[in-house]
Amino acid sequence: MPSTTETSTAVRDQGGAASAAPPGPPPSRARRPSRWWAWGFLAPVTIYLAAFYAYPLYRNVELSLREYTVRSFVQGGAPFAGLDNYRTVLTDPAFGPTLTHTLVFTAASLTFQFTIGMALALFFHQHFPLSRTLRALILVPWLLPLIVSASTWSWLLNSDSGLVNAALGVVGIDPVNWLTSPGWSLTSVIIANVWIGIPFNLVVLYSGLQAIPTEMYEASALDGATGWQRFWGITFPLLRPVSLITLLLGLIYTLKVFDIIWIMTKGGPTGSSATLATWSYRLGFGNLLPEFGPGAAIGNLLIVLALIAGLVYIRIERRQQLR
Amino acid sequence: MTTSTPRAWWKTGVGLVLTGLMLFPVYWMINVSFTRDQDMRASPPHLFPTNGTLDGYRAVLDQQLPYLGTSFLVGLGTVALTVALAAPAGYALAKLRPPGGPALSFLLLIAQMIPGIIMAMGFYAIYLTLGVLNTLPGLILADTTLAVPFAVLIFTAFMSGIPDELLQAAVVDGAGRLRTFWSVVLPVSRNSIVTVSLFAFLWSWSDFIFASTLAGGGDHQPITLGIYHYIGNNNQQWNAIMATAVVASIPAAVLLILAQRYVSMGVTAGAVKD
Repeated sequence: MPSTTETSTAVRDQGGAASAAPPGPPPSRARRPSRWWAWGFLAPVTIYLAAFYAYPLYRNVELSLREYTVRSFVQGGAPFAGLDNYRTVLTDPAFGPTLTHTLVFTAASLTFQFTIGMALALFFHQHFPLSRTLRALILVPWLLPLIVSASTWSWLLNSDSGLVNAALGVVGIDPVNWLTSPGWSLTSVIIANVWIGIPFNLVVLYSGLQAIPTEMYEASALDGATGWQRFWGITFPLLRPVSLITLLLGLIYTLKVFDIIWIMTKGGPTGSSATLATWSYRLGFGNLLPEFGPGAAIGNLLIVLALIAGLVYIRIERRQQLR
Repeated sequence: MTTSTPRAWWKTGVGLVLTGLMLFPVYWMINVSFTRDQDMRASPPHLFPTNGTLDGYRAVLDQQLPYLGTSFLVGLGTVALTVALAAPAGYALAKLRPPGGPALSFLLLIAQMIPGIIMAMGFYAIYLTLGVLNTLPGLILADTTLAVPFAVLIFTAFMSGIPDELLQAAVVDGAGRLRTFWSVVLPVSRNSIVTVSLFAFLWSWSDFIFASTLAGGGDHQPITLGIYHYIGNNNQQWNAIMATAVVASIPAAVLLILAQRYVSMGVTAGAVKD
């Protein structure tokens, strides 16, 4: 550890999320016996983490282990139910389809966001007049409030008056009930979610492209490599670490997606676009009689999925730091 | 690097088309916000608001101002609290190397990955007990959880770049830790404060899940709920819905115009090492 010099730490820390962790004490500073006083600066955020992350999480676990009614939710004293809520959820006929929707939604969103984002990043990496401005403009969908995007897509995909069906009509395709038929609702929310996610993939992959030294390309151009060969020979391998991180962050974000689906379809019709997140919300807040126990249980299952993805992310990030 | 060969301009053309395609839904939102009620279900839909109306925006002025005000206040509160919590933490993690610091960074990273619905349910249970459902401070506190972990990571990354000599010079001049932080670290970290503030404001402004669970039944409802009620209640008045959506998008637009540099910085800081 002491072999790490101060400067190299600072340089490495520049842009990485996981790199926030400083790797131990710097050398040649023996006159500081203890650095515990630094916790004075960390105390606010530590208390905050405990009160506003750890405690809600704990409450959520507690909710999932008790049998709550509206009455006991307000007044307390709900009986301990062990894993009953989890059993209820796992044996619910809706569990299988909902899990499938979650996985399909995540996989399809990631595939299209990443592919389109990569294509756009490669295109904008060529530096033509206005490329900076246009690249900035493409960020707009990512910055808009999700309710704005979701309601705009709702109207675009409206069965009777939506522009998408009107455009299909021009080509001679019958109108599709995008949001109101069980066969299409999941596709519709995936389309909207892909649209929102493209800018993030574009920006991150673009900055990854910028980190590739131009000499590499110049050398391969001298060797007479074609554009396609350059992509598979240089760009793709060198971009692999960034791609991996992009996909994993995308995975974590996509598993969490709730707003878009809830606003566009409420998970319906008949649960055909429900994911674990919307199901959990429906149980807790979407019905007249809230079922907090099962809702919290689903939430906890979701967090396990997200944490697995998160730990993989941290592992990969750490490994890249070490290189 | 910009060259003005014909080939480059040809690429600009393609770039314009691609950007146009990506932004088309945004254009459509603006178009519909100006469309008259009787043209709303025209077939085929009007591609331009030729017989434009301001009815939608009149409805926004009449009905949505309180929601916008709430969102603005909540946004400011979220920014203040986020910076106040995260800046000292970033300083400590970047420069003071406290024992246990890496563990705290790790926890922050994990905290970022918790799905909103889980936080919302936990907050709901707690707020119900404390009686702070449907209050501004309650919503502000919940919204800061969207930004604080990110903010600490950004501050840590930026403040690591402050030269140690600068801090030591302050100590030599007789400044204490607190004073060094306040008069040296904070001023030179202006960029990161701007980045964090922008994102904290935008996220709290855009938040729907905490708003709908923690503020859905009270007098202090943010603009996201304003739009949501619109969609639920008067399904026909799409020009009003889209006009509200346009107004709700203004902070994002302002952010992009004024601070594009910071936006890209924020997006990439979490994911890429340069």
